[in-house]
Amino acid sequence: MKTFIENITRRELLQGALSAGALVLGAKMIPQNAEAAPTSWNPSVYLGLEPDGTVVIIAHRSEMGTGIRSVLPMVVADELGADWKHVRVEQALGDPKYGSQNTDGSCSIRDFVDAMHVAGATGRLMLQRAAANKWNVKAEDTRAENGHIIHTASGKKLSFGELVADAAKLPVPAKEDLHFKPESEYKYIGKSLPMIDAVPVTTGTGVFGIDAKMPGMLIAMVERPPVMGGTVQSFDDAEAKKVPGVAQTIQLDTFKGAPMFQQLGGVAILANSTWAAMQGRKKLKIEWNNSANAAFDSDSYKADLRDKAKKPQKVVRNLGDVDAEFGKGGKTVEAEYYVPLLSHAPMEPPAAVAEYKDGKVVTWCATQNPQAVQDAVSGALGIDKTKVECHVTLLGGGFGRKSKPDYVVEAALLSRKTGKPVKVVWTREDDIRFDYYHAVAAMYMKASLGSNGMPTAWLQRSVFPTIGSLFAAGADYGQEFEMGMGWTDLPFALANHRAENGPAKNHVRIGWMRAVANIYHAYAIHSFADELAVAAGKDRVEYLMSLLGPSRKVDFTGQGMKVWNNGQSLDKYPIDTGRLKNVLELAATKSGWANKKAGNRSALGVAVHRSFVSNVAAVVQVDVDDKGKVIIPRVDIAVDCGRTVHPDRVKAQFEGAAVFGTSIAMLGEITAKDGRVMQRNFNDYPVARMPEAPKEVHVHIVPSKEPHAGVGEPGVPPMAPAICNAIYAATGKRVRDLPVKRHNLA
Amino acid sequence: MVKLRINGVNRQFDGDPDMPLLWYVRDNLEMTGTKYGCGMGLCGACTVLIDGKATRSCTTPMKAAAGKKITTIEGLHPKGEHPVQTAWRECAVAQCGYCQSGQIMQAASLLSEKPKPTDKDIDDAMQGNICRCGTYQRIRKAIHVAAGQVKA
Repeated sequence: MKTFIENITRRELLQGALSAGALVLGAKMIPQNAEAAPTSWNPSVYLGLEPDGTVVIIAHRSEMGTGIRSVLPMVVADELGADWKHVRVEQALGDPKYGSQNTDGSCSIRDFVDAMHVAGATGRLMLQRAAANKWNVKAEDTRAENGHIIHTASGKKLSFGELVADAAKLPVPAKEDLHFKPESEYKYIGKSLPMIDAVPVTTGTGVFGIDAKMPGMLIAMVERPPVMGGTVQSFDDAEAKKVPGVAQTIQLDTFKGAPMFQQLGGVAILANSTWAAMQGRKKLKIEWNNSANAAFDSDSYKADLRDKAKKPQKVVRNLGDVDAEFGKGGKTVEAEYYVPLLSHAPMEPPAAVAEYKDGKVVTWCATQNPQAVQDAVSGALGIDKTKVECHVTLLGGGFGRKSKPDYVVEAALLSRKTGKPVKVVWTREDDIRFDYYHAVAAMYMKASLGSNGMPTAWLQRSVFPTIGSLFAAGADYGQEFEMGMGWTDLPFALANHRAENGPAKNHVRIGWMRAVANIYHAYAIHSFADELAVAAGKDRVEYLMSLLGPSRKVDFTGQGMKVWNNGQSLDKYPIDTGRLKNVLELAATKSGWANKKAGNRSALGVAVHRSFVSNVAAVVQVDVDDKGKVIIPRVDIAVDCGRTVHPDRVKAQFEGAAVFGTSIAMLGEITAKDGRVMQRNFNDYPVARMPEAPKEVHVHIVPSKEPHAGVGEPGVPPMAPAICNAIYAATGKRVRDLPVKRHNLA
Repeated sequence: MVKLRINGVNRQFDGDPDMPLLWYVRDNLEMTGTKYGCGMGLCGACTVLIDGKATRSCTTPMKAAAGKKITTIEGLHPKGEHPVQTAWRECAVAQCGYCQSGQIMQAASLLSEKPKPTDKDIDDAMQGNICRCGTYQRIRKAIHVAAGQVKA
């Protein structure tokens, strides 16, 4: 086979998939014998067709449970007129030609659905033209259906496979020639087909990162510096090497500068089995040089954050004059909120297998971002990025952890040092102790209330270690994207409004976790809104409606801030209080809000939050028994995420987010002493189990013609405030300091 | 020498008798459907059937598995069509899928003991199996479907 690379940069095919100015190369695999007609072709980087009629669709996003590996290909197949039974989905290698592969930020559908439609419509038109040429009819008099092109008038029919060779000779049509299916003709979009991985994951044949193998590989475990940035002073591996199956030990350098996706360092033990590596590891004796982070103590750090939150900090949004209003001496309400460090804890701990050979790395790994793997591994080994071939396995959960490929770097470094393929396996203890933690945050809120009970001035102040510290050592203020996650973009109708942010140093790696800064921002804002409603003696849903104010696209000009808006334009994705009020009303109605009065230790709580350009309201019911045990019988989540492709997977994401949000609210807490994380496993870092999870999550999707918006994350932020608001209504006890498990609700 | 029967095949193992069954199945037999999640019997991802009963393979040393009949997810049904597996697919339970082998084995064990479980029976039996994606309500429903108590 010869590979012909052509420049398809100027084609509209990939618009939306790539940033402006990106070079896009389409690869055509053509038989070596140039005389022979092409037997298969790829009208886009996402779509190819085999002579036997099999449609090959490339999944360039990672499957961590959202269903994206199935759902984006369904769009291509539908638009193409393919028969889903004859579609083969192939997982892409890491390669910039696909555009971003960073499966993160709830953006896979939003950023790529148009490109999928274009890919499918392009392929269809080429097949139609090939058939029309054969039959000497007009292409527009033909249609595609179930893997065939049909001449509508005569009923003549040719399969895609019969047309591949001719279609491949045709020029790629211009975008203005493409026709897109009307929604009424969709066969797969909106229909909730089964996922392609449903059989593998129910029969044990799905391959995750930890399942990947290479011939002759060693299994590695790494004893990492207990304090971030620490180094190995000395180590004794004599006893470890006596363990049968242990092959060798290797010292790994500690990362330099900002942690980024570099290895943490430590001592690796390599063995011929996982068990041997575990046993040998226990016998390693290591003396550590600790870094200055050894002074990190969660209790004093928390006190410091809370102190800072009570003092004036950097203004990140300002409207009117909050201080003047507070100075008038009316009724004010103040509150402080706190969210601890949290760990992702995906069910599959980080794992990767890599082989370094002849200046090239091949890796199979559970990663949300294979191009980041290429970057990080090439940086660590000093080889070109194109020399890193990254195969993406299924991911046993990601939640943001697996877009940070430090574990792949470890595998690649160890393979180069041993000359053998190496699989690095993190234990659960490694996962919990050495995560890229979701930031700890302290928030201070203050409002003055007018005679109608509504705020006349609103001050919000947050302090947290920034994700920016991952990439720039010493960064200490919130970044624009963090401020834009439910903080500066608060869409309440307020005449006097100031948002502030204070500095905090990181002492562990800080990273993004499902919903990111929205978690603590939404918790503070929607707990506080609930407190104001109580202070005003108003119904809490009605109060939120008033806070959201008139239905409008919120204008943020003149307030000293830039609206981050997930990097999307406000024209395409306006912050629309009408849509927020709509989901609030829907969730309230479906939950029976108006008829459910607090009492008898059972009550509802509510929160409404926009994130990842989606609008979400949650009403949570809690029952609190006389011992203080909380159960969540029911959650109603109303979602306006624009158009949807696969309604059942949208529901599944919000069902899951309700559980993830419950874990955050009720259970999650990472603490440190002497710079060392104190938690180890699911016994001391519990996550919600079946009896603790909401028993029923009812997801109500607003039918919409608006652009597709985020689904994976936006269900998380409203959960913690809605749960705590419900607990308050049920018990009169206000939880301002997560997790709930620390509080006595008896 | 440990002798045991796994998915209907007799096996012999002469390595470390303290090695958990999980690693024998995964590393030695290269059957990777059984998952590692915690190594302490806390999460249920490694659940297999030992003499028909759901057991955590990560805390079951090989010496304790001697003479036993083991069933892993790969051996639950020759075509992957055990009623629990088909119910799981009808209810589209799985998200990432990693914990689901263990969930399915646990559910199969429950149904073999209680063919018509109540919600409380299900909560009690399944609470040792963590799903971080949060598929619990579909798991509960799928168990009822597998039991013939409701339709998908």
